[in-house]
Amino acid sequence: MMSESKLYKLKPPLKDSDLMPLKIGDKVLITGLMYGCRDAAHKNMVEMLDKGQPLPVDLRGQILYYVGPTPAPKGRPIGAAGPTTSGRMDAYAPRMYDYGVKATVGKGTRAEPVVKSMVKNKAVYLVAIGGLGATLASKIKAAKVAAWPELGTEALWEFKVEDFPAIVANDVNGRDIYKENVKYWAEKLK
Amino acid sequence: MRTIPLDTVRGTVCKLYIDACYRLNDDMRKAFKDAAKTEVNPQGREILQMISENAEIAEKEWLPICQDTGLAVVYVELGEEVRFDRPGLKEAINQGVRQACKEGLLRASVAKDPLRRGNTGDNTPAIIHIDMVPGDKMKLTVGAKGTGSENMSRVKILTPSAGMEGVKNFVLEAVTQGGSNPCPPLVVGVGIGGNLETVAEIAKKSLYRPLKDKNKDPYYARLEEDWLKEINKSGVGPQGLGGSTTALAVHIEALPCHIGALPVAVNIDCHAHRHKEAVL
Ligand code: SF4
Repeated sequence: MMSESKLYKLKPPLKDSDLMPLKIGDKVLITGLMYGCRDAAHKNMVEMLDKGQPLPVDLRGQILYYVGPTPAPKGRPIGAAGPTTSGRMDAYAPRMYDYGVKATVGKGTRAEPVVKSMVKNKAVYLVAIGGLGATLASKIKAAKVAAWPELGTEALWEFKVEDFPAIVANDVNGRDIYKENVKYWAEKLK
Repeated sequence: MRTIPLDTVRGTVCKLYIDACYRLNDDMRKAFKDAAKTEVNPQGREILQMISENAEIAEKEWLPICQDTGLAVVYVELGEEVRFDRPGLKEAINQGVRQACKEGLLRASVAKDPLRRGNTGDNTPAIIHIDMVPGDKMKLTVGAKGTGSENMSRVKILTPSAGMEGVKNFVLEAVTQGGSNPCPPLVVGVGIGGNLETVAEIAKKSLYRPLKDKNKDPYYARLEEDWLKEINKSGVGPQGLGGSTTALAVHIEALPCHIGALPVAVNIDCHAHRHKEAVL
C-alpha cells in the first residue's frame, strides 16, 4: 500500500515540476482551464496533428477531461458532467501526450502504451469519480464550445473549473493505482 | 374492460424517466450510507460519501445524477382487461422518452445504427418489454441504463455439468474483469436458465427489484447472499480503487431450461442505479 496521500493544487498550464511530486493515490484540486473532449473530438485532433495542422486551441501544458455533458439548464454553464471511460481514448492518448498535453482526467484503467507515454512525457492520468455528474458539474464555473459545435456533447469544450477533485491514478513513474490497490485489498480481504 | 388514454402513458413514461435520472431511490441512498460505515479502505469510504452527496446535489440543484442518462428500458405489465383509447402503445412510450429527453435535458445517447452510428437526437427508441398479466391495471417501470456498466455485462450458455460453481465463477469473473469500468459499487443482476434471449431478459429485469429484496426461493436467496460476500472479497472496491464495497446487491432470477443447457447472464448496473415505476 502506498504512503499517506497528499493534496496538491493544480493550475494549468502545467510544467514538469508541477507533476513530478505527484504519486498515485494523491488527491488533486484543479483550478483554471480544463478541456473537455471524448471520442469524436479526439479523432479530429489526432487527424489534424497527423497532417501537421495546429489544433483549434493550443493544448500544450493543458489538461484534457474525458466527458460528454448533458445540455445546460437555464442559468447554469453546463449540465451533468462526470467522467467517461478513459480506455476508449487509449488509442489517441500517447499522441496527445507527445504533443504536449500534461494530464488527462477520466475514469477507469489505461493501457500499457498510455502509461509508457506518460513516463516518457512526464505526464499524468487522474481519475474523477465516475457517476458524480451533479457534483462535478458544480465545480465547472463556465463552459464554452472551443471547436466542433456540430458534435454536440462530443465537441471540444473549454471549462473554467474551481477545485475540481481528482485522484492520481498513473504518475510520472509509471505506477498504476488500480493494479496496486486492488491487489493489496484482495490480499487483505482473503 | 378499462380504457387508459395513451396520452397518460406518454406523460407517465416522460415523468418516470426524468425522475429516474434526477432522483435516486431511497434504497440506494441508504445503501451508500451503510457501506460508508463498513468499507475498509479509507479512500473507498470517502468515495462512498461523495457518491452519496452526489445524489443529494442532483436532487437539490436539479441536475442529472450522471451525465450518461442511459438507454431507456421500459417494462409494461399490461392487465388483460386494459385497452387504450387509440392504437400505438409503443409509439406513446417512445413519445414519452422523446419528451423526457427534451424537457428533462437528458443526453441523446442513442446511435442511429450500430455500424454506421449517427445519433437519433432524442434518445429513442426505448427498449420495450411487454408482459400480459391478469387484471385491469397497467404497471410501467422505466430504467435509465448507463453503458459503462452495460458494457461489462455478459451472457454464455454453459453445459449442465458446470453447475452452480460454473455459474458463480462466471459471475465473479464478470465483476473482477470489469474492475473500475462499470463504476462500482454495483448492482449485479444474474439470470440462470431459460434460453439465449430469456436469460438476458431476466438478468436485466432482476436489477429493477427493490435493492434489498431477495429471491423468493430460499436456495437462490442464499446464493445471492453468498455471491455478494465473494464479490466484496475481490478487492475491486468503490470505483475500482480498492476496498470491500464492490457490489451492494446480487439479484438472481432463474427459469427452467433445456436438459442439455445451462444459460447464464450477468447484467451489471452501476451506482447510478436508476429506475422508477408507476401503476395506471
Ligand atoms: S457506468 Fe453508470 S455511473 Fe458510470 S458513467 Fe456510466 S451511467 Fe454513469
